[in-house]
Amino acid sequence: MAQAQVPVETGVIATPAHVHEPWKWYDYFTFNIDHKVIGIQYLVLAFVFYLIGGLMAVAMRTELATADPDFISPALYNAFLTNHGTIMIFFWVVPAAIGGFGNFLVPLMVGARDMAFPKLNAIAFWLNPPAGALLLGSFFFGGAQSGWTSYPPLSAITANTAQSMWILALVLVGSSSILGSVNFLITIFFMKVPSMRWDQLPLYCWSMVATSVLALVSTPVLAAGLTLLLFDINFGTSFFKPEEGGNVVIYQHLFWFYSHPAVYLMILPIFGVMSEVIPVHARKPIFGYKAIAYSSLAICLLGLFVWVHHMFTSGTPPWMRLFFTISTLIVAVPTGVKIFSWVATLWGGKIRYTGAMLFAVGLLSMFVLGGLSGVTLGAAPFDVHVHDTYYVVAHFHYVLFGGSVFGLYAGIYHWFPKITGRMMNETWARVHFVLTFIGTNITFLPMHQLGMHGMPRRVAMYDPQFEALNKLCTFGAFVLAFSILPFLFNVIWSWSKGPKASGNPWNALTLEWTTDSPPIVENWEVLPVVTHGPYDYGMNVGLNGQVEPVEEAIAPHSS
Amino acid sequence: MKQIPAPLLTLIAGVVITLASLWLGYNHGLLPEQASEQAPLVDELFNVMMVISTALFIVVQGMIIWFMIRYRQRAGDDTDGIPVDGNLPLEALWTAIPAVLVIGIGVYSVEVFQEMGGLSPGSHPMMGHQHAAAVVAQAPSPDGQSIGGDTMPLMAMTEAEAADFDPQYGFGAGTSMMGNAPDVTVAVTGMQYAWLFNYPNSGIMTGELHIPVGKDVQLDLTAQDVIHSFWVPQFRLKQDALPGQQTGLRFRATKVGTYPVVCAELCGSYHGGMRSQVIVHTQDEYDAWLEENQVAQAETSPDVVAANLSKNSSMLPTGDFLQPYVAEMGITPEAIAHLHPPASEVDSAS
Amino acid sequence: MQGSTVPSETSEVLIDGAMPAEAIAHEHEAHPDLRVWGLLTFLASESLMFGGFFATYLLLRGAAAQWPPEGTEVELLLPTINTVILVSSSFVIHLGDTAVKKNDVKGLRLWYIVTAVMGIVFLAGQVYEYATLGYGLKSNIFANCFYLMTGFHGLHVFIGVCLILGVLWRSRRSGHYSSSHHTGVEMAEIYWHFVDIIWIVLFTLLYILTRF
Repeated sequence: MAQAQVPVETGVIATPAHVHEPWKWYDYFTFNIDHKVIGIQYLVLAFVFYLIGGLMAVAMRTELATADPDFISPALYNAFLTNHGTIMIFFWVVPAAIGGFGNFLVPLMVGARDMAFPKLNAIAFWLNPPAGALLLGSFFFGGAQSGWTSYPPLSAITANTAQSMWILALVLVGSSSILGSVNFLITIFFMKVPSMRWDQLPLYCWSMVATSVLALVSTPVLAAGLTLLLFDINFGTSFFKPEEGGNVVIYQHLFWFYSHPAVYLMILPIFGVMSEVIPVHARKPIFGYKAIAYSSLAICLLGLFVWVHHMFTSGTPPWMRLFFTISTLIVAVPTGVKIFSWVATLWGGKIRYTGAMLFAVGLLSMFVLGGLSGVTLGAAPFDVHVHDTYYVVAHFHYVLFGGSVFGLYAGIYHWFPKITGRMMNETWARVHFVLTFIGTNITFLPMHQLGMHGMPRRVAMYDPQFEALNKLCTFGAFVLAFSILPFLFNVIWSWSKGPKASGNPWNALTLEWTTDSPPIVENWEVLPVVTHGPYDYGMNVGLNGQVEPVEEAIAPHSS
Repeated sequence: MKQIPAPLLTLIAGVVITLASLWLGYNHGLLPEQASEQAPLVDELFNVMMVISTALFIVVQGMIIWFMIRYRQRAGDDTDGIPVDGNLPLEALWTAIPAVLVIGIGVYSVEVFQEMGGLSPGSHPMMGHQHAAAVVAQAPSPDGQSIGGDTMPLMAMTEAEAADFDPQYGFGAGTSMMGNAPDVTVAVTGMQYAWLFNYPNSGIMTGELHIPVGKDVQLDLTAQDVIHSFWVPQFRLKQDALPGQQTGLRFRATKVGTYPVVCAELCGSYHGGMRSQVIVHTQDEYDAWLEENQVAQAETSPDVVAANLSKNSSMLPTGDFLQPYVAEMGITPEAIAHLHPPASEVDSAS
Repeated sequence: MQGSTVPSETSEVLIDGAMPAEAIAHEHEAHPDLRVWGLLTFLASESLMFGGFFATYLLLRGAAAQWPPEGTEVELLLPTINTVILVSSSFVIHLGDTAVKKNDVKGLRLWYIVTAVMGIVFLAGQVYEYATLGYGLKSNIFANCFYLMTGFHGLHVFIGVCLILGVLWRSRRSGHYSSSHHTGVEMAEIYWHFVDIIWIVLFTLLYILTRF
């Protein structure tokens, strides 16, 4: 299968005076207000954190290869599990899926020259590096050890300095997320090219609307909870100290009011990526555009009313346990609609087995399993048995690794030509996919059984009867760790030496493909006019051949 | 393929998938032994969900694989696929089917939850006095007060305290226990990193839970320092023990045996080591155990009990498995003696 | 994968090649000033942080036997005066906004100065209250809530005063604000109303509700 590597060399016009010089490498390390630079900054920083969080996971899995705590100390193990979760959520998936792809793609997809508030956007990004430094720096003080949930009283009495640094880091990324979301909402609502109707808005943008609303509603509540915790730790208050009239369960409500929507923050943009990648590589219109757009909004709304399902065994009264059982189960419906729509999009297509498509279909496959185990967890009577066990660990890795991370990979393979102007190597992409897919299943599938048979999560030492399955999981984790190498190699090699990409290597119809790869500084010399839907593949039969001459005359030229 | 009509194929596929799902749903081997009255209820709910999930999984994965193969791009074909962008009846169908399924699972869950006792977590205190009387009548030796006197056993809840204990959250009387008082009440306290079990009617304090089979048992849960979670996988029951709040679990064990008690909420470095056992006895064995321990504890001072807790492996909550780490974990006689004051006086900064 | 020598994007996008560069630049500059929308979105989000505090306060209050506990009663007189000052300042600041819409920058300056002074008086009253209450942040769970919530609100008042002073500073340059160009003025006003609304809820929860 040949690479699409024939750049359009025709029609090179002298660069008009108002067009900005392309950015130099060092511009990517500065306070730059170009949304594309910020997007790349987010993606690269997030990826570095992904590697750090991944190393922590490898250390933990190595520890768990045997039942005894013999590889790292239990305190360090807890610091790793806390920071692995925190990094993967707040420093990898959220900044990459929302900050990275969101910033790079949203203005390009809606036909804007930049985000609504470019400076605010840069500020939002630059809150992340100090937050990351705080988090990593906390290891000099033992590292926060009370899990990414940081329930008091444990979080209030363990490693106080590190815990405070952890809180500050989260408040910083939370602020970044709020500022980013304001920007996305305003950009999508007010800066779309006038010729684009609402039903021509790419589905990634719809999912970013839902994501932004969710972030705006839920993040401040987490900030409130963390502020109270910070005061409890450092300033002698007793909001969560039961012996002085406080209540430990209130924290859990504040925390999960954010953190359940946070899982949608991590998956909704990925759903958007899916809706972009699948039609392009299946050469089919997306099946059920409206259903997919509305289901994003439905998930956003319903997602705000399910948080207590994380607290079915906590201090929650019966009515709450039942109400949230029902609401949680209902979320499965809009999610199912999306899955079925994507599967139906595959039907009748001409599916290209590209890296992006393989990861998108892999996601579909993994997410079905993760979604189904999620439904079982929603039912309170069963959740009581498996709550805080490896069953939950298996479930959320299927939806977050098999879901979000697969989606991020799909997005990277899909938009890498647009972002860097160069094609990735598809053979290495396939090696990467096969290794990742196998590794994911070896690592996380056995965890379902571990949990149901009685292995709690977050343990550095466990009952020796679980050793065999744990060894298997650890082996899978090594495969996963190894699977990153072909990807890393591919990215580095392609970015520097890969074949040059044309403006539209995938023949895609959304607006980001109407400009150069990489796009020029203000995205287009002349703003595009939308005349077709974003997924109208196969709708204008013979158009490909007919428009060729016109295409040459007016196509955006590549540099 | 041409010879077999499509409806027939679909029918055969449907039957095969249904049978396969039913078989897997009841033969997955994912659940441990059932040892409480609640366990079969939970397992049946899971099995039903497993059947539905398996069917959905096979159908969706099957379609993905089939479409990926059937509709792959053929060499030299650069055209686009079929321009179909929706089908309202189909979309309505796949919205309606999951909706019906989840509502069904929801209703079923509520029913199971009620039968398990989830709707009445605080049902026992109203009968506090009766139950105390009932248990005293049944207990072979004098009640907790006789051990007490001026040397109160550590943590031992008195009958009065036990009667006052009002679990607001957790599981109470299930359908089969409604209106009755529990036969045995045990106060359970979680601490880093051990469980303490306290029999208020006999003053026994131990690191392992002993209960009679087939009897209605009430566990009153609290925590000393941080949140712990009491879980017996074979009972399918779990409830957090929260500092400053009263939670409870009520159940009937249905099988004699020894089962693990696991802490399921991260409670510190040695959280993984916070394990104990529940020993389900026959009534006779249980009576014998009760008598033996009451005599033994009546003769020892609280300090010795405390020391025993950390030295004697049968008393040690965590069993042999954690023995090497006990010193690191900080379970010392002093630490346990420190538990003497009620929860409200223990400083969280310990 | 198919070679893409024949990109099809033009089937969807027609580019108006005739548009001159100046027109583009103009069009680019002309996107509407969205800062007010941005601020409103941000404040909607921000209000939920207060929402988190309010919820915590109500839950703790609901669980307490006596609220506020013995010896930590609030006094009403000074806070009521303070409330009147803050609420009326919302009207005053609106006068400033009305003035600038009529191109009356002098009026804007006058009313914004008055608002800033009222804000500062409010903050001073708050500090005085803290000093005379007789209990501190750590005293008990009610005091925790009281100081945290009023303190966090006070921080917002302080930021509001800074914004107003910022507007005043900029208004020195003649022509900076006019009837057609006064987004900054409007934003300071919106923020000030926000601070005011939060205070009304806070006052109800912390002062009025504790009397019942």
